[in-house]
Amino acid sequence: MPAATEFVAEIDAAVVRRHEWANRVQNMRRSWYKFSRNKLSVLGFFVVVLVILLAVLAPWVAPYPQHAGPFVDFKNASQSPSPAHLFGTDTIGRDVLSRVIFALRPALIMGLIVLAIVVPVGVLLGLVAGYFLGTWLDAVIMRITDIFIAVPALVLALAIASVLKPNLTNTMIAVTVMWWPWYTRLVYGLGSSLRNEDFVKSAELEGAGAAYIIFREILPSCWGPIFTKMSLDMGYVLIIGASLSFVGLGEQAPKPGLGTMVSDGSNYLPEQWWLAVFPALAIVVVVLGFNLLGDGLQDMLAAEKGG
Amino acid sequence: MFVLFGLSILIFVISRIVPGDPARMAVGERASEEVVQALRESMHLDDPVPVQYGYWLRGALRGDFGQSLVTRRDVSEDIRRMFPATLELGLFAGVIMTLGGIALGTLSAHYKDKWVDNVVRVFAYLGVVTPPFVFGVIFLLIFGFWLQWLPATGRLSQNVVAPPVVTGLMLVDTLLAGDPRAFGDAFIHLLMPGTALAMAGLAQGARLTRATMCGNLGKDYVAAELGLGIPERIIWWRFLLKPSLIPTVSIVGLSFAATMGNAFLLELIFQWPGMSRYGVNAMLNKDLNAISAVVLMLGLVFVVVNICVDLAVGALDPRIRLIAQRSE
Repeated sequence: MPAATEFVAEIDAAVVRRHEWANRVQNMRRSWYKFSRNKLSVLGFFVVVLVILLAVLAPWVAPYPQHAGPFVDFKNASQSPSPAHLFGTDTIGRDVLSRVIFALRPALIMGLIVLAIVVPVGVLLGLVAGYFLGTWLDAVIMRITDIFIAVPALVLALAIASVLKPNLTNTMIAVTVMWWPWYTRLVYGLGSSLRNEDFVKSAELEGAGAAYIIFREILPSCWGPIFTKMSLDMGYVLIIGASLSFVGLGEQAPKPGLGTMVSDGSNYLPEQWWLAVFPALAIVVVVLGFNLLGDGLQDMLAAEKGG
Repeated sequence: MFVLFGLSILIFVISRIVPGDPARMAVGERASEEVVQALRESMHLDDPVPVQYGYWLRGALRGDFGQSLVTRRDVSEDIRRMFPATLELGLFAGVIMTLGGIALGTLSAHYKDKWVDNVVRVFAYLGVVTPPFVFGVIFLLIFGFWLQWLPATGRLSQNVVAPPVVTGLMLVDTLLAGDPRAFGDAFIHLLMPGTALAMAGLAQGARLTRATMCGNLGKDYVAAELGLGIPERIIWWRFLLKPSLIPTVSIVGLSFAATMGNAFLLELIFQWPGMSRYGVNAMLNKDLNAISAVVLMLGLVFVVVNICVDLAVGALDPRIRLIAQRSE
């Protein structure tokens, strides 16, 4: 009776699936336990979640949403921090807190998009160079990578952003162009050592093609460090983005950008200190959050490797 | 060398993919077609791109980057005048970074898990996550305006006579002129932007020094030396410090690239009359000749610094010296 065997096979498959699922849940619990033992990582995690929520819900949580745009209220201009305006108001009467909350949006979007492009490109190049270790492909890819790494990242981004029109998209292009080499380096290092591991060799002996080995054998072992680096990089992309917008390349007025707010505000030091200080602190807090999270992930992976 | 060559191609490509006609941009909207054409010819804009690159590279090797497209001034002349100020700022930051990072890291490792260590670690973490321009703004506010300990802007006070320009490095020039008062004045002007610029590298250096030192501390050779009864002070100074310096020195060399980039922002905050302010203006005005010259100069600094770092690491690490000798 073929139907019965099929039925049994189906039940078996369901049991296996459930088992896998339970395993996965258990693994996640264990990972979270390891992660949560470091209080700072948990703090970082919550800062990141909070920042993302603030950015997504900006129109609803900002006290004066309309102040994020071209809004003028000279009666309330240049007020120091008060309960009505926690971070004070700027020289044309806009609420600094609302602007800081809205400025989180381009900052996070930039981080996400840059990483979404940079990671696949950089990882792919690194994998290819690592797999074809010692061939001309390796040499070409890694020498080009060296050149990009040698240029001061910020300067190159500045140069690119400046020949293009100054806006958020072009700033992202500029940062993307100079960011991929770091992933290539990272994955190249991992890949070129994994390349000689027994499991890769055995797959090779069984006749697996280059693509299969690269994506199925080498890549899965690289995810941990890549994720860790991504979390840390969210912070650094934010810094670069803020630095670019600091010199006037990036989100253009009247839209708020964290770097722009600091640079505009620094013209009104020391009397109206709140204009520069609060956006500056916002940058530090966001980057700190991503860094703590990244370090937590790193420790967690290290702990998993150790046992 | 190879890196510089690649960099020059990269810069050239970037500067030529700009939308729009550089010649038209240089002379303005209202110039006649003949003027634009004459300029195009003098800039070799009608030649194929590889030929253009050849002209550009020949000029660059001779230190001639052409005229500024905006001010019509000689780019090399401007750079020569402004570069020393940036170099001074960068080198000063480099020194603070290396010495400060090593000192803090050593202190931290020596008092591992005591309060000193914890303070240094928190400080180093903040240093890594804070962009230098934020340090710049906060320093300016606290030390420049509130406490008024340090001068807020420029390289020298108004009432101090500038020394004759020899190297362009204000600290060196004031010494050569034998003017200690001007030297002191130049030094306190350098202190705030230099430190703000150094913070990131300093923090990184401190973390790395601490990590390597703690690692080396657990090694057998240290236990053996302790067992032999060698005083702890001597072990720390002679046997621990040196091997622990190597990674720190290398990382400071690498982060020097970022430092020169960040000098851009700090020069704006502290109104430092250096190349970066010039560069930012060039960038906002799309002054291609000036941009490529500035970027190439920074690349050059990076390469030179890293050669020095390699030499320093070689001097510190006998293993590298031996490998180099063998390969000769």
